[in-house]
Amino acid sequence: MISTNLLALFYLVSGVLFILALRGLSSPETSRQGNFFGILGMLIAVVVTFLSTGNFSTSFIYVIVFILIGGSIGAFIAFKIPMTAMPELVAGFHSLVGLAAVFVAISAFLNPEAFNLGTTGNIKLASLIEMSIGAAVGAVTFSGSIIAFLKLRGIMSGAPITFPGQHILNLIILISLVALTYFLCVIQASNLFWTLIAISFLVGILLIIPIGGADMPVVISMLNSYSGWAAAGIGFTLENTALIITGALVGSSGAILSYIMCKGMNRSFFSVILGGFGGTDQISKSNNIEQKPVKSGNSDDAAFLMKNASSVIIVPGYGMAVAQAQHALREMVDTLKKNGIKVSYAIHPVAGRMPGHMNVLLAEANVPYDEVFELEEINNDFANCDVAYVIGANDVTNPVAKTDPQSPIYGMPILDVEKAKSVLFVKRSLSPGYAGVDNDLFYRENTLMLFADAKKMTEDIIKSF
Amino acid sequence: MEIDPFIFRLSIFILSIFIGYYVVWSVTPSLHTPLMSVTNAISSVIIVGAIIAALAGNNENIFNEASVFGFLAIILAAVNIFGGFLVTQRMLAMYKKKKK
Repeated sequence: MISTNLLALFYLVSGVLFILALRGLSSPETSRQGNFFGILGMLIAVVVTFLSTGNFSTSFIYVIVFILIGGSIGAFIAFKIPMTAMPELVAGFHSLVGLAAVFVAISAFLNPEAFNLGTTGNIKLASLIEMSIGAAVGAVTFSGSIIAFLKLRGIMSGAPITFPGQHILNLIILISLVALTYFLCVIQASNLFWTLIAISFLVGILLIIPIGGADMPVVISMLNSYSGWAAAGIGFTLENTALIITGALVGSSGAILSYIMCKGMNRSFFSVILGGFGGTDQISKSNNIEQKPVKSGNSDDAAFLMKNASSVIIVPGYGMAVAQAQHALREMVDTLKKNGIKVSYAIHPVAGRMPGHMNVLLAEANVPYDEVFELEEINNDFANCDVAYVIGANDVTNPVAKTDPQSPIYGMPILDVEKAKSVLFVKRSLSPGYAGVDNDLFYRENTLMLFADAKKMTEDIIKSF
Repeated sequence: MEIDPFIFRLSIFILSIFIGYYVVWSVTPSLHTPLMSVTNAISSVIIVGAIIAALAGNNENIFNEASVFGFLAIILAAVNIFGGFLVTQRMLAMYKKKKK
């Protein structure tokens, strides 16, 4: 048994170690050490919690058993999951944090004595409010993440689901949540608490269904943020510093990532949340596509162009992840390098389905991280490069974002692929990208379209070399 | 008059948001995916609440209605802790520099 003050100090140590864990991610060299700090912080928090309860009876053994059960499931998933499935894994994990927050809040509501929050039916007002917030945000995180998971996994269509009166419905629900919390505080009836949680589950679902597939980077970041605020809410209820610090860190981290993703698409956070991207523009724009001439080529043409190049920039996108082409791509780059060609990779902030998605896939394929560049770092280099190899990306290269104020993607920062001497576009067809906008680049004089599966085409180019 | 401990916790919370803000802006964009998985793992420190809830049951009745939720939360949080840290470890191990 350790004193409450000592316990609080240890929780503070955990909190500091978590800060160091995030700090470590400022560069890949320090990141592994950072992860170690995170594990250490978690270990300290768990061990001192055991010591503080001083309860080493049969319950304790059950707790250990349950940790081991959960831990082995987690470890199994962590080793088995392919890197391309990282977005849905993270969404799935967020849902677990949310649900855990709900369970802890329920437990505290049913047995407030265990947490020094008063007695059943007579819980301290502040604790009750904190508990309700923690449970509600946790429930929203849970159901929202489940929907995000289903959309990312392809079980549910990625198309935005909208219906008339959606915003009004959301508003009514929001007001009813506030009213419920108020009445819960006044009469402390458990039925109100259950209703609050049930409605919050509904909010999570309604919040995510109108958001389309390509806005997933924002959704995942946003749910990341919510899971943090839920943890912080529970932290206030349990008067636990480690939880409060962690919740604040995670909450602000997710918020910043959402901001970076929105900026990468030049969309306001609210327009993403309100959903329904590109729904109306698609029909009007699709008429005049067919007439324009397109140059298409095969792997021999592509290999020829690259052989004569002195520098090549690769632009990967979500299509590369879908085709699992990252390893083939790395092999192609190795071949290019053997021929003395300078190769670098250009990554748009919203390439893929989550922040940093492309970087992880390239790292998995053993691409050194110092050959991979962000938009601002590399955008000026396109003007001096001979070949841009666009694999599975589309909207993020569309020059219309700079020229046409009518376009839905106008103002989005794009990779200046058009400035390269020649552009190789690996794509299955001429279909427009997610935003429903036709890409002007397809019809340019210096563009060669390679109509094929990204992986197959890349492998063929290696053979033609 | 004494200051309510809630104010202290609120201060910690607000200051942590600022720390989070500056620390996360310094994270390199190429590590944003590991950032998400590691924040996910550390937010599972909610397991401490779950442990307290689970251990609150008495010996005759280990699984009462309140502690059952604690035990369920322990499983969920443990999946996240192990899964989150290990998958982060796995990703970070892949980030390599160019061989010179």
